[in-house]
Amino acid sequence: MASIEMKNIVKQYGDGYPAVNDVSLDIADGEFMILVGPSGCGKSTLLRMIVGLEDITSGDMVIGGKRVNDLAPRERNLSMVFQNYALYPHMTVYENIAFPLRLSKTPDDEVRRRVTEASDVLELKEHLERKPANLSGGQRQRVAMGRAIVRQAEAFLFDEPLSNLDAKLRGQMRTEIARLQRRLGITTVYVTHDQTEAMTLGDRVCVLRKGSIQQVASPRELYEQPVNLFVAGFIGSPPMNFLPATLEGDRLQTPFGPVVLDERRAAAVRGRGELLLVGIRPEYFEDATLVDEAKRPLGSVFRARVDVTEWLGDSQYAYIPYEAPEAVTTQLRALSRELDSEELRTQAIVSIDATSRIREGREAEFWLDSRKVHVFDPQTGENLTRDAEAGARLTQMATEDRVEQVQDAQASGQTVSGATTGGGQGSGAHRAGAV
Amino acid sequence: MSTRSKVWWIVGSILIIVYCLFPIAWIVSLSFKAPSDISNGQFLPTDPSWGNYSTILTGAASDLFLPALRNSFGICLIATFISCILSMFAAYAIARLDFPGKKLILGTALAVAIFPVISIVTPLFNLWRQIGLYDTWPGLIIPYLSLTLPISIWTMSAFFREIPWEMEQAAQVDGATTWQAFRKVIVPLAAPGVFTTAIIAFFIAWNDFAYGISLTSTDASRPVPAALGLFTGASQFEDPTGAIAAAAVIVTIPVVVLVLLFQRRIVAGLTNGAVKG
Repeated sequence: MASIEMKNIVKQYGDGYPAVNDVSLDIADGEFMILVGPSGCGKSTLLRMIVGLEDITSGDMVIGGKRVNDLAPRERNLSMVFQNYALYPHMTVYENIAFPLRLSKTPDDEVRRRVTEASDVLELKEHLERKPANLSGGQRQRVAMGRAIVRQAEAFLFDEPLSNLDAKLRGQMRTEIARLQRRLGITTVYVTHDQTEAMTLGDRVCVLRKGSIQQVASPRELYEQPVNLFVAGFIGSPPMNFLPATLEGDRLQTPFGPVVLDERRAAAVRGRGELLLVGIRPEYFEDATLVDEAKRPLGSVFRARVDVTEWLGDSQYAYIPYEAPEAVTTQLRALSRELDSEELRTQAIVSIDATSRIREGREAEFWLDSRKVHVFDPQTGENLTRDAEAGARLTQMATEDRVEQVQDAQASGQTVSGATTGGGQGSGAHRAGAV
Repeated sequence: MSTRSKVWWIVGSILIIVYCLFPIAWIVSLSFKAPSDISNGQFLPTDPSWGNYSTILTGAASDLFLPALRNSFGICLIATFISCILSMFAAYAIARLDFPGKKLILGTALAVAIFPVISIVTPLFNLWRQIGLYDTWPGLIIPYLSLTLPISIWTMSAFFREIPWEMEQAAQVDGATTWQAFRKVIVPLAAPGVFTTAIIAFFIAWNDFAYGISLTSTDASRPVPAALGLFTGASQFEDPTGAIAAAAVIVTIPVVVLVLLFQRRIVAGLTNGAVKG
């Protein structure tokens, strides 16, 4: 149980390439922090610097109030789940989980008690005598987690722990990890490139790009108030649409007709150059025929030809191609490359109601909710219309929720197990796990 | 595979097996022939007998053969053991650490391995006599190390490279020192590699003749291959062919036993299940 503070952390490799560049981040005690970004953004390097597998070029790494820059991994008392699990193939599941305890010379009956507890939590009881080679992917994943939770570590570190599982199992393990973290209430740092994991698991999410932090905020704030084009494009699936726009008075001229801005946003945008990028999430669109009469005046209506539609049962997406100036296309293409996607054509992805009868290749009428659009500076990528206060409020709410959840989880755990005294919170949580 | 190609595979395999095993069968057959029977022009002995075996184990040649057998076992086992330990550390360093001169070490090891043994026998003979290592066990163990170490380092570093880095990092995060991680995680995982290396090293030392005949003169350290060369017949008109064949069969037995014993340990794929599968 400890907080993790990073102060101006820099990681430079031999060739001078800064994999992590001046990162400062405070992770509160018990918080679930996600490090997310496209491949090569330095998220794994940062995690490995926390655990001590990677040297820190400059800056301070402080865990639980103690500077740990020069400590070996074993002296930091952190536990980590590796992407490929790194189970010891020559040991049984029991010995795998017990390994950290054996190293710390824990007496045998204590080892047995704790391994049993951990295997109960992870439902590994009937597999304890098997070797990792005979387990399925999900079971191996759970053994790796067992090895992490079996001792009272200061923090859990996860390095893309679910990326080797198939989609269904990934969803189950994701909720399992969330439950476990709440129950144990231990500071957790979780690296992923999967934004679903980032959005669902994290109390706060730290978006990295080329070794520097773009934004640290609750998932909600990232989604609704992104600081720049990169964060806006990275968070959300399908991704936010970026359309070229020019400002005329308080309305933006876009390929999909004019978008009216409110006073605050119009003021923020005014005088920021000829060409702007307007960011609209797919769900801000709707099939115009299905929009409430009451809502209709809040947005604008336009006609466009639909290229492709995808019907998914609960939702439906339509792809609408549009023309964009050369400068914007190259900029968007560069952005999509950076986000690990290969967006070749300029098209908007639009989410419409699943019952909509809009068909491919036809012209159709769409409605665009203009209340939540953001306007970006195409040169710097900066979000001109970000409402910092609203964003901070969202994160504040998330923080309060978390504190409450952790208290609830631990309180209920303790009453069930009947253990009320002794130890720190950590040991209480462990006992809770034994139920 | 079609029946036709299967038949061809079987025929081919049998041909190769016969080709490889025929000399061995011949030696076995020779070892059972009486001296008068040796040049009978037939493959099988007309009157099979244990005479040759009793000659080398209890009879006239036993003074030469039994000490040699003891020497060979002792010297080869010690040389193999030292070579395995040394090459384990060397290979670990080569596979895991980044240090200047890594390529040089591997290159030198290879150079030593292809260096002709016969060209250093004479200088060694003189040197060993000067410093008193001539005709002693260490006097053979040291040159045997030079024979076995290069190949051991090469095989072992190939095995170490196969072990995922994460294994060791996980151990370190779990609270192990570098030494504990090496001993409790890396060495057990490299066990098949260690056994393979040990067997190869043992064979190399066991089969050596050049050092064995040149650097020894008495029972004190003469190994079996050298002793075989010194067998004599019952009279000067008789070749010791039968006795040599019997001795050859006996010295082949430990090799066969070793391979059978460790065959199961040499299965690769022990690392299955370590990482995602």
